[in-house]
Amino acid sequence: MTHTAVAEHHATPTWEGITTLKFAWWLFLASEVMFFAGLIAAYIVLRAGSPTWPIVAEALNVPLVAGNTFILIVSSVTMVQAYAGIETGDQNKLRNMLIATAALGAIFLSIQGYEWSALLREGTTAQSSLFGATFYTLTGFHGLHVTGGVVGLIFVILKALRGGYTQAAHDGVELMGLYWHFVDVVWIILFTIVYLI
Amino acid sequence: MTTHSTQTQRPYMRVFGFLVLLTAVEVVVAFVLSASTAKVPLLVALAIAKAALVALYYMHLRFEGRLLRAIAVFPFMLSILVALPPAFDVLSRR
Repeated sequence: MTHTAVAEHHATPTWEGITTLKFAWWLFLASEVMFFAGLIAAYIVLRAGSPTWPIVAEALNVPLVAGNTFILIVSSVTMVQAYAGIETGDQNKLRNMLIATAALGAIFLSIQGYEWSALLREGTTAQSSLFGATFYTLTGFHGLHVTGGVVGLIFVILKALRGGYTQAAHDGVELMGLYWHFVDVVWIILFTIVYLI
Repeated sequence: MTTHSTQTQRPYMRVFGFLVLLTAVEVVVAFVLSASTAKVPLLVALAIAKAALVALYYMHLRFEGRLLRAIAVFPFMLSILVALPPAFDVLSRR
């Protein structure tokens, strides 16, 4: 089967107008929800069962991470604007908004790196306490997902710069957007559970 | 599938405004409210509201058919089922 034939096969709607690729992508995202649900459930049980737990407002830099949360929310807006751009055939808007999204994702990761390095300097490591172990596991896995998203965005940007997406065919942008917003949703939940409660 | 006209009418910036507002409310609630019984449910409700806004409008679930909505909602319901037994276990030990 040629690449074109494979692409056409993937783009074939199943029912309700959904392509097989989009259907599979949503199933993947559903499995990712369960992955993070398991981690969050473990965090809640370990935290509730632990005799000691630091006051998070003192142990973590909440204002810094609130700002980082704002950055990730803005990146969701730029991602959805990229999608809106290609839906109207606006190639410039698509490229600029995709680049902005990747840049914001990189800034989010840089700030998370700064936060981690500050905590490590203070002696909070994955081995130092249950708090440290759960904190680095939850934020680390999310950070890995953001990293994967930024790498994926770079591929989408490169294709967009070559004019690879059109108003009629832009599945890659839509799937990239779904993944990016999913990562945002996960962070919205993690920010509340890890930093605010 | 949605039409071009409905795509352009989607309230992306209004949703962004709500997300920023809810995040600010979350931080205020976290720092201003003392550790009361209402604090945790309020913060969880605010987080769920924000997540729902992103899923409904940015992931376009509001405009999708029943199949995709079911695929999206099912793992969340399953997650709650996963979390309930340990939650009851933790509460019963207090």
